[in-house]
Amino acid sequence: MIEYFAIFMGVALFVLMIPVVYRIGAGPTPFDRMLAVNVIGTKTAVLLVIIGTLFDRVDMFVDFAIAYALLNFVSAIVVSRYLNRTISLDEMEAKENAKKIKS
Amino acid sequence: MSLDQTMFIPVLAESLQTTSSPTPLQFFGILLGLLGLFFFVGTAVGMIRFPDFYTRMHAAGKGDTLSTMLMLSGFGLVSMEDLSMGSWLLFFKIMGVVLFIFITCPTSSHALMRAAFEDDEMPMTEKDLKKPSAKKK
Amino acid sequence: MGKFFSFGVAPNEKCLFLCNLIFLFTLYLLVVFILLFLNWIVLSGKFDAFHLGLGVVSCVVVTWLSQDLLFYDRKMGFVERTRQVFAFLRYIPWIIWEVVKANLHVLKLATTSKGYEEISPRVVTFKTILKTDFAKFVLANSITLTPGTITMLIRGKVFHVHTMSQFLEDDLLTGSIEKKVAEVFEPDVLP
Repeated sequence: MIEYFAIFMGVALFVLMIPVVYRIGAGPTPFDRMLAVNVIGTKTAVLLVIIGTLFDRVDMFVDFAIAYALLNFVSAIVVSRYLNRTISLDEMEAKENAKKIKS
Repeated sequence: MSLDQTMFIPVLAESLQTTSSPTPLQFFGILLGLLGLFFFVGTAVGMIRFPDFYTRMHAAGKGDTLSTMLMLSGFGLVSMEDLSMGSWLLFFKIMGVVLFIFITCPTSSHALMRAAFEDDEMPMTEKDLKKPSAKKK
Repeated sequence: MGKFFSFGVAPNEKCLFLCNLIFLFTLYLLVVFILLFLNWIVLSGKFDAFHLGLGVVSCVVVTWLSQDLLFYDRKMGFVERTRQVFAFLRYIPWIIWEVVKANLHVLKLATTSKGYEEISPRVVTFKTILKTDFAKFVLANSITLTPGTITMLIRGKVFHVHTMSQFLEDDLLTGSIEKKVAEVFEPDVLP
């Protein structure tokens, strides 16, 4: 019973991931792609626990799930830091002042 | 699923032969997992249907948090076959993952949102939304 | 006893004040150590002397190296801190119920065509009354998890929030979430 439930959950998760993968391919902005990768990453942590239940080694696979969740979070933060052109508050004020002077 | 289909995974075939009825705790876990799947449908459909990045972020940031939490805690209950020390430790470990995801999922979505906003990706307003739908009709 | 725990400065009791400071410092170190050690036990899952000894050594090293870990305001008294912890525990069921409501809202918007026409995205800006960074972090995460709103940008005290539907703004602008967070972390800010 438990094994059938785990197989069902895995297959259903896999099917529901297909629209998210579509968003990786078709996303107009890089942020869309990164968002979809983030969603898939958290769902992979769940899939690892499901695989653990199937093989009766949940105690081992939970560690992988922890590592994967950590890595996913760090990668999301790093990519968002890499993609944005961060402007500090002082620079922003300088920009606004320059605009005022021009007008 | 017949045995022939599972022959390529021998371990799986063995575990499928010894099926037992679930305890009440495991039944509750199964219910939680199905509920999580139900909420993940909202995320998956929203990722396709919503019009721009910020609205997609609503679907991803919220649906992802709750569905992952529900599914993981459901599997944490499913893996508790007996109330021994080891299974309690396993349960607490999985609850640790749940807590971690509960904290980090909104944070990472906020970081992505901020990156997009500072990259001059303007959010859609109501007027932009009405235009393409009017063309379709 | 209550006077001993709370952080009150009386001019005649300099000795008591110093004792209080040292007591609070060691208490915080002890609490950080116990939390780290519980984490170690849950993650390792072994109870022989070798593994527990390794855990004690590494937890002591981490506690010693990162002294300002986990708690920012170390001058806060014992009574105040326990009140905060219990207020936070009461806050958790409310936020979980909000998350469920938010998911039902997203599900309605995504799957039904009637809900899809309700979408009217816009950006709302408001100013908070909260002061500390941690309270702002909790407020931003709570806003993200409540139905129809996501925090976009925090600049100082100004929050930019992206909302999904029209009627959800009122909840933000009257500040009911803010009050909930302020009750937990900064009760002195509330009017």
